[in-house]
Amino acid sequence: MGDSTERPDGIREPDPTLGKPARPAPPPMVQRSPEPRSSEARPPRIRRQRVVLAEPSRASNSLRARVELEQQTSWGELLIKDLIKVQLRTGVLLALLVVLVLGALPVLFFAAPSLAEARLAGIPLPWLLFGVAPFPLMFGVGLWYNRLAERHERDFVNMIEN
Amino acid sequence: MQVNPWAVTSIALVVVVTFYLGHRTSRFARSTHDFLVARRTVRSRRNAAAIAGEYISAASFLGVAGLVLKEGADALWYPIGFTAGFLALMLFVAGPLRRSGAYTLPDFMEARLSSTGLRTVSTWFVVFIGLLYLLPQLQGAGMALAEIMPTPAWAGSVLVTVVIAYNVIGGGMRAITVVQAFQYWFKLFAIAAPTFVLFAVFATGGAGGSGSAGALGDPAPPTFTGQTQVSVETDVTLGVAEPTRVRVGDAEWTTWQPGTDHAVEAPATLTFPAGAPVPTVDPAKSANTDWLLPSPDLDGLLSTYSLLLALFLGTMGLPHVLARFYTNPDGKAARRTTVQVLLLLGLFYLFPVMLGMLSRMFVPELLVTGDTDAAVLALPTGMIPGLGGQILAALLAAGAFAAFLSTASGLVSSVSGVIATDLLSGKVRDYRLSSLVVALVAVALAVLLPIEDLTLSVGMSFALAASTFAPLLVLGVWWRRLTWLGAMVGMCAGGGLVLAAVVANVVSAHTGGWAPWVLQQPAIVTVPTAFLLTIVVSLATADRIPDDVGAVMLRLHAPDPLGFMRDRAVQRFGRAEDRAQGGSVQGGSGQGTVRPAGQPGATGATSSATRTSPGRHRK
Repeated sequence: MGDSTERPDGIREPDPTLGKPARPAPPPMVQRSPEPRSSEARPPRIRRQRVVLAEPSRASNSLRARVELEQQTSWGELLIKDLIKVQLRTGVLLALLVVLVLGALPVLFFAAPSLAEARLAGIPLPWLLFGVAPFPLMFGVGLWYNRLAERHERDFVNMIEN
Repeated sequence: MQVNPWAVTSIALVVVVTFYLGHRTSRFARSTHDFLVARRTVRSRRNAAAIAGEYISAASFLGVAGLVLKEGADALWYPIGFTAGFLALMLFVAGPLRRSGAYTLPDFMEARLSSTGLRTVSTWFVVFIGLLYLLPQLQGAGMALAEIMPTPAWAGSVLVTVVIAYNVIGGGMRAITVVQAFQYWFKLFAIAAPTFVLFAVFATGGAGGSGSAGALGDPAPPTFTGQTQVSVETDVTLGVAEPTRVRVGDAEWTTWQPGTDHAVEAPATLTFPAGAPVPTVDPAKSANTDWLLPSPDLDGLLSTYSLLLALFLGTMGLPHVLARFYTNPDGKAARRTTVQVLLLLGLFYLFPVMLGMLSRMFVPELLVTGDTDAAVLALPTGMIPGLGGQILAALLAAGAFAAFLSTASGLVSSVSGVIATDLLSGKVRDYRLSSLVVALVAVALAVLLPIEDLTLSVGMSFALAASTFAPLLVLGVWWRRLTWLGAMVGMCAGGGLVLAAVVANVVSAHTGGWAPWVLQQPAIVTVPTAFLLTIVVSLATADRIPDDVGAVMLRLHAPDPLGFMRDRAVQRFGRAEDRAQGGSVQGGSGQGTVRPAGQPGATGATSSATRTSPGRHRK
């Protein structure tokens, strides 16, 4: 989002206005759904959302973030959206890595048939690349994703509870 | 045919052990709430072995080797695809799906989009996917048994169905993680040990099979080393690459010329002299160099990509994978388990590939009858005539039957669980009824429909799962703006197209095989269509985004320690200790409710068990 609270890895810092004297707040964000299409006089459905402006902090800071998460206030929603974005980005990048590496193989052999006849230790190269190599690759990517995802989650929990 | 007594014994042993285990565990399950206890103490390593064990089906055990025998390097995509599907599951779906607390796919649809109509439609698609996946298991069992004993093709299917139906209706087998975990290690052993032995034999040149060992890279097709008789059981059309002398039945010796098709009607016996090249059934590649190389034409390339798409996105939509997935305690464990499954699968798949290579060299007559799925079973006796070969074949047969039984029972159990909880009312009686119906329908289809390559039918069920559930899972987990109307349209469009392709395939198999490659691997068309339609219709009906989408997304993605997970099975069915005595698996009153097999206990944050079903209260 580009505002000052965002750290490079996408995990958002807690609201910097916590515990500070009130400042003029930005205009509240309220989402309106589109006008109903039917001719009946249905009131427009507005998704009600509790908007966070600056408040004197009475509750302790660690509880505040949790409460905001649970009540899905505008700030709480931003918090979880950041986590979702980070996790999705990790997943997509790693999937792309696997897809590109594996998907390039048929094209490679299609374009350079001489490679298809090379042999390594008596076994044709296509068999090694298709039959043996992908499995350690996929296992390695799986391990890597697991580590990254757990780290993101740990950071998020630490941020919420501090 | 020569009956291999060891193989018959080993198959009988596997069947009896399975029967007994199912019988025992169903009695065990009645008396305690062992589902809950087992769930909390099962470590992710054992859970991973259970998932892998259930996942390794007939296609993996027999079909891959058979396809490698027939198509060579092109078949290597199947193991890659099967494993990559689990990777996709982990990257996109594993944690959030577990955290949603949904116990079946339709339940997840309802949890995410608050639509019971979508839930019903999803249930029907789960049934179709399950049946499409079940079919090759049963047909494979029939084929495997026919390979070992002179039984008709349907006998194995019926045998497997009877055992499974008894176990699932009895209610016990599937829930026990230990049994499925054991199945994995047994299957691994059953395929690894013979492979090592056969490979050693091959390497030391001690094999005495009917095929010519020659280097794999010879430009010539494999040849028969001695005069060989091949019995043809089904009508086949054969082609030869070189002029080949052959005798059909008791007629005179003739010479077949290359370039024309030679039709042989079953039952017939073909006799080939020593040194004759092995004729092939279209589309098996006939020369060894073709076989070693990935196919060079554009259609083959696109077909490969289509298959890969189906396998990559289809795993997350398979009913038995998801249901066992639910047995993890939380999202983090779900991810960890999937990593271990990747390791176990990668380890397993090396062996069918090697067996396929060996069978190319030693059992080339399988290419003639087109019965390549049985390659694995015919290989040991082809390489090591006598007792040694028979014992190895027995081990492989036992492993194959273990594969059929475990996957098929997992499928029947999860599909009937979905039917019972989503279409019927969720009582034990409904669960049993739906198990019976599913088993009957599956065995009827298996016996009546023509036998295709196992991996082809399995590929279709993956394509169906990839076109119906994958878009909804991926978009449902990561995209806020999904609506139930978009989901419905996308699912019906993708699923409808794949089902139409299945029907067209069956018709074309009966009327001469006119289907183009797109009909056999439809995923490259159906999956993008489903995704696109879902996105477009969701954007168009943006006013129907569910009101609780914020809370649902929070539940799916918030890390487990924050405690936002729910357990929908506990909310709907109550916990086992509150369950009526008559509701347990052997109760005859039918008043209890059916628990989804293997569902976990409540997490700390959701310990309120809301009883929604009637029944007597007894501790």
